[in-house]
Amino acid sequence: MRFRSRISFSSNPDMTPLIDCVFQLVIFFLLTLNFSSDEQSELIRLPSSELAKPTGGVLETPITIQILSSGIVLFGGDQMTPGALKEPLRRERDAIRNVLGQNVKNATIIIRADQDVSTGIVQEVIRLCQETDFERFVLRAKWERP
Amino acid sequence: MKIEKGGGEFKKIEVNMTPMIDACFLLIIFFILTLKLFSPEGDFGITMPLASPRQGLRPTPELPPVKVRLAAHPDGNLAGIQMGQRKMSSFAELHKQVHELAGLDRGPAGSSNTEVELDCDYNLKFKYVVDALNAISGYVANDKQTIIRMIEKIRFAPPREPKEGEGGEKSEEGGEKSEEGEKKSEEGSEVKDKV
Repeated sequence: MRFRSRISFSSNPDMTPLIDCVFQLVIFFLLTLNFSSDEQSELIRLPSSELAKPTGGVLETPITIQILSSGIVLFGGDQMTPGALKEPLRRERDAIRNVLGQNVKNATIIIRADQDVSTGIVQEVIRLCQETDFERFVLRAKWERP
Repeated sequence: MKIEKGGGEFKKIEVNMTPMIDACFLLIIFFILTLKLFSPEGDFGITMPLASPRQGLRPTPELPPVKVRLAAHPDGNLAGIQMGQRKMSSFAELHKQVHELAGLDRGPAGSSNTEVELDCDYNLKFKYVVDALNAISGYVANDKQTIIRMIEKIRFAPPREPKEGEGGEKSEEGGEKSEEGEKKSEEGSEVKDKV
């Protein structure tokens, strides 16, 4: 009886499809990486609206003010009461005028207010911004697909 | 000098792919761990002039604004909706009424010239204001893409004082006139829905 002699195979799997998949994944994650996520505090639950459809437009000189449900304001990485917002706003206004050389009226204040915050606090923040010469505001809402 | 003649054996160059694959997997793990999925966000644009030019010079609207009152319970939930003198049971009813009103008075851009003034209690939760803006400013057409504008001239009435126990915070200036007091904020800020 004749037996086959043992042959040692060196396994060289084709790595090309695997590398293709890996690159596809890397590209997917790179594209979905949200660089502006620092502006979005997870502490805030925005009210939802089907009319607040993102337009993709870029706002001119955006300044984000976030208001927690407790009424605490987040601005420039600091937490403060609405009344204490005036001084940082003045500094921001002076920086826009003197450093950037831009008109404050063209700057846009983005208000990200929690859905449970009192409307009076939002109005108070808007009033303080008005007194610091800011004129353009946007109320941010979460887009709810119709 | 000895020169090797061509036509020798073909040598297959084997590239070691292992470090590259390692690096790619590390990148994938990094992206998976740092991935934060945020819902898309949109804006309701507001235009607020710093001040009325001078007392009495403010352009008066052709029609007096329609007043929409949003009352709140002490816990901030919606207590009632009132449009003019008429009480509404829901935002859907408000939307219907505004739709009828806007249909009577169309402007050149398709939206109504009617102005609406939102008068909200201090402690009303902000989400109800956005619901009211939704009901008043427009609606999504049947194709679920197009947004039809109804009323773009929406403004807030001056903020109401917080009732006792509602914890409304007073400004640090304690009601004093600011240094820029000559620029009083305009009554009733105009809201333009620009989405």
